[in-house]
Order: sequence, then structure tokens, then C-alpha cells
Amino acid sequence: MTNRIDEAFKTKPIFMPYFPLGYPDLETSIDVIEALAKNGADLIEVGLSFSDPLADGPVIQQATQIALEKGITIKKSLAAVKELRGRGVTIPLILMGYYNPMLAYGLEKFIRDAKEAGADGFIIPDLPMEEAEEFTSVAGELPLIQMLAPTSPDERMEAIARNAKGFIYLVSVTGVTGERREISNDLGDLIQRVREHTSAPVCVGFGIGTPEQAQQVGQLADGVIVGSACVKTIGGSEQPVETARLFAKNFRSALSNTPKT
Amino acid sequence: MTTTLLPHKFGTYGGQFVPETLMPALIELEREFVSARKDPAFNAEFDKLMASFVGRPTPLTYAKRLSEKLGGAQIYLKREDLAHTGAHKINNALGQALLVKRMGKKRIVAETGAGQHGVASATAAALLGLECVVYMGSVDIARQEPNVFRMKLLGAEVRPVESGTKTLKDAINEAIRDWVTNVRDTHYLLGSALGPHPYPTIVREFQSVIGREAREQMLMDAGRLPDTVIACVGGGSNAIGVFSGFVKDEGVELIGVEAGGSGIASGKHAARFGDAEKARVGVIHGTRTYVLQDEDGQIAETHSVSAGLDYAAVGPEHAMMRDNERAFYTSATDEEALNAFQMLCHTEGIIPALESSHAVAEVIKKAPTMRKDQVILVNLSGRGDKDLNTVIKELGS
Repeated sequence: MTNRIDEAFKTKPIFMPYFPLGYPDLETSIDVIEALAKNGADLIEVGLSFSDPLADGPVIQQATQIALEKGITIKKSLAAVKELRGRGVTIPLILMGYYNPMLAYGLEKFIRDAKEAGADGFIIPDLPMEEAEEFTSVAGELPLIQMLAPTSPDERMEAIARNAKGFIYLVSVTGVTGERREISNDLGDLIQRVREHTSAPVCVGFGIGTPEQAQQVGQLADGVIVGSACVKTIGGSEQPVETARLFAKNFRSALSNTPKT
Repeated sequence: MTTTLLPHKFGTYGGQFVPETLMPALIELEREFVSARKDPAFNAEFDKLMASFVGRPTPLTYAKRLSEKLGGAQIYLKREDLAHTGAHKINNALGQALLVKRMGKKRIVAETGAGQHGVASATAAALLGLECVVYMGSVDIARQEPNVFRMKLLGAEVRPVESGTKTLKDAINEAIRDWVTNVRDTHYLLGSALGPHPYPTIVREFQSVIGREAREQMLMDAGRLPDTVIACVGGGSNAIGVFSGFVKDEGVELIGVEAGGSGIASGKHAARFGDAEKARVGVIHGTRTYVLQDEDGQIAETHSVSAGLDYAAVGPEHAMMRDNERAFYTSATDEEALNAFQMLCHTEGIIPALESSHAVAEVIKKAPTMRKDQVILVNLSGRGDKDLNTVIKELGS
């Protein structure tokens, strides 16, 4: 099997939107993710909903709450990933969710079914390095994407980056997910600190809401993660699938025109 | 790979399931706590405040008329309801607030269910000159209004939480979100023996004063250790505090009482150990423990007449003590707790908190099955003034 993640990073910076399955309903979310994938997304974070998403801001809280009210489950989410593969989506799909629903599903079964469905890896915000072994010991070749934060001291960065697989998810701000008006001036330094410890691609998330901000971050990072803005723009639209198409195109073209530094 | 200074797990429970942004803060907190506990000046300041501000030691009261009425074991009450602010929560709030000063942080955030921890945090913040924001579910704000007013009087900002079930678990989510955002200058003053390491250990240590005092007082007043120690268990801070004084006394039976709500079969309860169908080991709010959840791992809605016990998970040390059978856990329904509430009012002239009334409810079941020369110690974790609105509604005036 070719590694879809490594493949995705051949042309950088990559565009990495997040969208939760089941929002605003399951069928629409599958169509939206397909539209994102076929119009410029290089990798998609596919959201798995949880009742208590403590790393998320209001936009993603609300969207995942609606998804749960409409009956999304892990099982349906994995079936949706499979459906996306069936529709010819070939970019990497990373499952992003909290730990408890995965434990409840059964870790080994979850990882086996995720792989079988066509997922390429996992992002679990409440599973720091200290607690990751239980998961990684059964994850096989599917990577658990490691997260770094502005508060991570150098020794933690080194320890975390040393074991990085796939790419590094760098949280650009201290805080929960959600758009910010400005990109931090310190981002360049922060990315530089991470690069000292790893040759893995560094992708930046939290707070990036516009194509202009994406371009700004794209000058520094290998990938740009857009979550809340993507969920809000598409979820709030009368025609979510069409909006998703445009959203992906706009960000893709902004990133393709990123000036080289 | 873990390099914590203190054990970060209780058997297979506990741990640190938090976003990376918070890990450095947890590491700093642990380091500060370990160094503070070795520092005579810190301990002296804590002890002084416990005596001169909180009013410790809290008394041990022999409940003569209640004992006679139940006709079995002799019942003693550890009077945490007489601690300043009206509950045991102040012990931990002051301890952590002193740590905050030590760490040089200026702002605390806290969650609260019944409002007792919020009031204790607001009080500690006022005493030590810290900014204080308390998150409280809007459902709890409605049922614990007097405490909301107290927090505001004490200078705290009370932020209503409208997400999820609008109760304690959502208040914790919101407090954690605030903490993630402001972690550089803000401390999360967690009020119960749960959350990520080192919180369960820190909270137990600051609450262990209850058990130390109670053990000494039992030996003085009753001339012996109790046969049974009973405490209510929400997150489990008052229970772990009193249990810690007796955990090495193998002959002393430890009983934790969860909120049975409308009864286990009704599904409307917060009995994490009592519901074999809905309670499974999981991860919530940074810790691995027993969690009430649905098949898909979504955290279940809970119910209790007492806001302080209305929570889907239980402190990880209790999970361990339950597994290794050092402690036993049972539950009392809303109705049983309300009956116990009234009985203690009538027989002893003490209005207990609805949380503590769950412990008294277990005493009412247990004492008559014991001999008159046996002794029960109950931790009366708080007073019931805050609950009068609820009780009036439930019982009619």
C-alpha cells in the first residue's frame, strides 16, 4: 500500500480542512467531505463526535452536538469513510476524535475497522504522549498524529517529535479550536523550534479562518489546518456541498500561490 | 513513558488524558505541590489558615438521638458543615490557592455543581487577592441560587454554562477550555478528587485533614476507632478525605454512597458503581475511571436531587478502592436522601446538605443492623442552607 500521507506532502503547503461526520446530517456530511476532497483539499480531518469535546470552541461543539442528536455513531462514521473511498476519494482521511468513544468501541476493533474502511491515521486531542502507548501499541502502521503546543517546552518537543509519524500537528495558539483575528507573530519562531527536532512535516491548526491567513501560515508551515471556519461556513450555508466546493477551491488557490520564503 | 514525581495512576485508573497545551501546566503543578509539601513554611501557612480562617478542627458530634432512634450502632458526625463557607470544599480550595500564589499565577477558574466549591474558591480568591471565575451549569444555577449570590458577593464572576446537559460535567468542560486558553497565568482550581494527575492526589492530600482529625477525635471521644465510615461520593473529595484517615486501619469498613436519583432501574441517577449496564471504564475530563455512558461512549446524562453528586464519573482512587474492595459503594435515592435530611433536622438539630444526606440515608439503613456497642462515623460534608429551595420544592412547605 502506498502511504497516502507521504504522498500528500509531495507538494507543500497542503490544505487540510476538518469536517465532522453527521453534521448537518450524515448524508450531507459525506457529500461535503467528498466535495472538499475533489476540489483542492490535500488531506481531510474527519471529525468523530463526542459529547464532551473539551479542546473545541463553540463552532465545533455545536456542530458535533447536532451530529450526535441526529444519531451519529462511530460505526456510522466508519461506514461513511468507506463510502467516501467508494466514491473515489483518494486523499488521506485522518480520523479526529476524543478517546472515550474509541475505548467504548474497543480499541483493537476500532483500529481494525478504521483501517478496513480506508482511514489513514488518527488525531486524538486528549491523548498526550504520556498516555499514547495503549493506543499506538495496537495501531500498527496507522499513525497517531502527535500534537505540539506553544506551551510545550523544548524537552517535550524533542520527545514528542522524535516519535512523530505522518506529520506534526502544531497547535498555533494556547486555547480551544476556533477562528482568531490575527495569526500570532511568534508562529515563525514556534515552527522553527519544532523543526529543530524533526524532519516530519509541520502542519499548523487552531485559529486559521481565511485564505489570507492560510497563505500567511503556508509560508512558514508544510500544511494548514482549517477547522471551525470550514464547519461554520459550510454548515451555515443553504447549499453546503456547493459551498464546500468553493471553500476548498479558495483555500487551495491561496495556498498554491503562496510566495516561497 | 512517564516521568511524574508522584504516582500518576491508582491501579489502572487515573492518568493524564488532556490536550498537549495543558501537559506543561500539570507538570508544573505537580512539581510545585511536591516542593510545597516539603516546605515547612507552606505547611505552617496552610495549617494556620485551617485553624484561624476555616475554624479547624471541625467538631465531632455524637448523634445521641439519631442513634437511639435507629436502635443500633452509635453514630458520630464529622462536622465539615461547620467549616467556614459551610462545607469541606474550603480545605482544598485554600490549599490550591496557596499553590497558585507560589506559582505566581494571578487568576483561578473553578467549576461548581452545588456551588459549594465555587463559594470556597471565591472565598480563597478573596482572601489571597486572586481573580476568580466560576463556571456553573445553568440548571445548577437555578437550583442553587443562594450560592450563586454568595460567589458574586465574594467578588467572583459566575459564568453560566449552556452547553450539553448544563450541569457539573459541562461546567468542567468550560473551565478546562478557559484553562487551555489562559494557562500561562491561570490555575484551574479543580474541586473534586478527579481530573488528570496530579489533581486527584492534591485534592486528597488537602482533604486528608478530615480523616486525620476524625481519627484522633474518635479515639479521644469514643475511645476507639469506628467500625464503619460513611461518606457521600460525587467526584469523591470528602469521601477520599475522610477515608484516607482510616485506610490503613484494616478493620474499619469504608462505605461510599452515590446518588441513586430516581432509582437505578429508572436510568435517572448518578450511580457510577451501581449501574452495571451504563457504567464502564472510560476516560473523561482527563482521567480513566468508571463513567456512565451509552454504548457509543457518549457521556450519559445523570440525575440527582443534589447538584454536587450529579456527575457521570467518579474519582479514580475510588475506582481502585472499589476494585480492591478496600471500600464498598452503595447508593441512596433522592427520596431516601430527603428522608434522611428531615430525620437529621428533627433528631439532631442539624440541617445537612443534600449531598451529605445521602451518607445519612445509608446510616439509616445500616445502623439498625449493627450492635449498640458498634460505631459509625459519618462525614457530614456540608450544611443544607443552600438546598432549602430544592427541599421546599420537593417536600412542599
